Amino acid sequence: MATFRIKRYNPEKSPDSYYQDFEYDFPEGATLLDCLNEIKWTQDGSLTYRMSCRSAICGSCGMKGNGHALLACQRQAAHLMKDGVITVEPMGNMTPIKDLVVDFKPFWEKIDQIKPYLKNKEKPPEKERRQTPEQFKVIDDASTCIMCGACYSDCQMLEVDGTFLGPAALAKAQRFVGDSRDTATLERIKELSQPGGMWDCTHCGECVERCPKPVKPFDRIKELMAVGLEQGVHGNVGARHALSFTKSIKKSGCLNEATLPVESIGYFNFKGLFDLLPVGLRMLFKGKIPPLIHKSCEDVKDVKRIFEELGE
Amino acid sequence: MKFALFTGCVARGATRELMLSTKAAAEGLGIDFVEMKSAACCGAGVMPEKSPLLTDTLNARTFALAEEQNLDLITICSTCQGNLKKSEYNINSDIEYKDKVNHVLKGGGHQYQGGKIKIKHFSDILATPEGLQMLKEKIKRPLTGLKTAAFYGCYVLRPSELSEYEDPDNPTALEEIFEALGATPVYYESRIKCCGFPIIMMNKDASQAMAGNALIDAIQSGANCVVTGCPLCHLSLDSYQPDIESLREKGYSIPILHLPQLVALALGYSPKDIGMDSHIVATAGLDSILAAHA
Repeated sequence: MATFRIKRYNPEKSPDSYYQDFEYDFPEGATLLDCLNEIKWTQDGSLTYRMSCRSAICGSCGMKGNGHALLACQRQAAHLMKDGVITVEPMGNMTPIKDLVVDFKPFWEKIDQIKPYLKNKEKPPEKERRQTPEQFKVIDDASTCIMCGACYSDCQMLEVDGTFLGPAALAKAQRFVGDSRDTATLERIKELSQPGGMWDCTHCGECVERCPKPVKPFDRIKELMAVGLEQGVHGNVGARHALSFTKSIKKSGCLNEATLPVESIGYFNFKGLFDLLPVGLRMLFKGKIPPLIHKSCEDVKDVKRIFEELGE
Repeated sequence: MKFALFTGCVARGATRELMLSTKAAAEGLGIDFVEMKSAACCGAGVMPEKSPLLTDTLNARTFALAEEQNLDLITICSTCQGNLKKSEYNINSDIEYKDKVNHVLKGGGHQYQGGKIKIKHFSDILATPEGLQMLKEKIKRPLTGLKTAAFYGCYVLRPSELSEYEDPDNPTALEEIFEALGATPVYYESRIKCCGFPIIMMNKDASQAMAGNALIDAIQSGANCVVTGCPLCHLSLDSYQPDIESLREKGYSIPILHLPQLVALALGYSPKDIGMDSHIVATAGLDSILAAHA
């Protein structure tokens, strides 16, 4: 027998959410969605959640199982059992509407924001615009997104800053930036380099864990950053940080922690540099400032050789 | 036990106390760490933004250096650990790519074979049955009464397929080490979260909100200190702690230790020997807790 501890919420009855336990002895192989259906059909018809395909392709049944976003139809209940209990909650970073149903409005607005359609001013050919298999490979992973919101739900950046575009929209942006038929790459990259865009990703990798498909949003964000650097869109802290970091390794084999913050913030960004002062002074007083003369790693010649050989 | 020690850049720069305490912990445990002085930076997840091939080639050179010594490679930084594992995966999952990388390494007289050495975080060798037994046998000053909250650092957890942990959503390695040292682990939700450091310069408010949420969670769960295996998390949680508004509002403050400092403390080293006096948030309160339980 398993206990399904489900977070319930019905604003028509009470402004507060609460947990309700349902007991169900599920058969072998049952998914979490099978269990919720059984509970709804036999125990409480008011239990509310989204569902449709039952095959992990429609992206409707996103919710949290034991604190992490998943597709209820894709996860076997037995795999979620912890001491006989499975905790089921609505997805995060979105407002609950009722029980496990959340409001996707901010999610869709951010998808819209990245202009999720092909931009190409040239006259379309008589038939379709074709791609080679190699060209498609660049956008293959991002194309598999089913818009379930699992990455958005658990994105740690969105938990603290709602203006962040989020992993789903950024992965979708890569799908168009990397598309050989799209001609708005520079325009897109410039927009994605704005505050709240790709450089605000905190590298936590949570989106890759929660994505039920091979999208790996964090990897797509890294690809966008690489395009940004290639295209010369360097007028932002994130790009300057990556360039300064790499320059420092090229010079000495290891990171120069003294120059990195200043070069990233920008020599003429007086407010930004002023903001660095308190932490800089605190560290200085405690002797935590990196050595004034930056030391190279041994055999740095070989490191430099690798940079040169790779044309970096 | 002999290992190649990949120190990472930050242990040689802004968190030199990490290096100091790693050497002390190794000495106390009888572990022989051979410092990899000619290894380059792991790329810290930043260099791949410029070039994944460059990052993987430099890391393959590091692996080759460890192979040449026939020693497993030990990291003392979650970020180094995750990035080296990522390069190891990238190189070994594509034979043509590996050939390309080795072709570049050839000019420096190195070749990366692959599969010959293991890449592990210091905590990985301590959190084994043998490692825990060794800790229990060698400790001189059990950390009785000290409530320690682990902060893992994203890169040892995610992506989960490259993590050393069986269940990266519920890791227990650090807590097992704390128990072996006589301390009391504090389990709290934020122990597997991001410290916010990667975006400290891009979006300071969000970065510090992340650090603040994690520290408030640790404090409200009863921790006396937070212990991390990542010097970047240490910078975010210690060096920047006085700037974190949400903590200031609550009047909270909590000392942050590097994992090797906690180990060295239990091995009898004084806080000064292991650089605890260089922290931004004072660690003196921990001495009183330990003294009260001695």
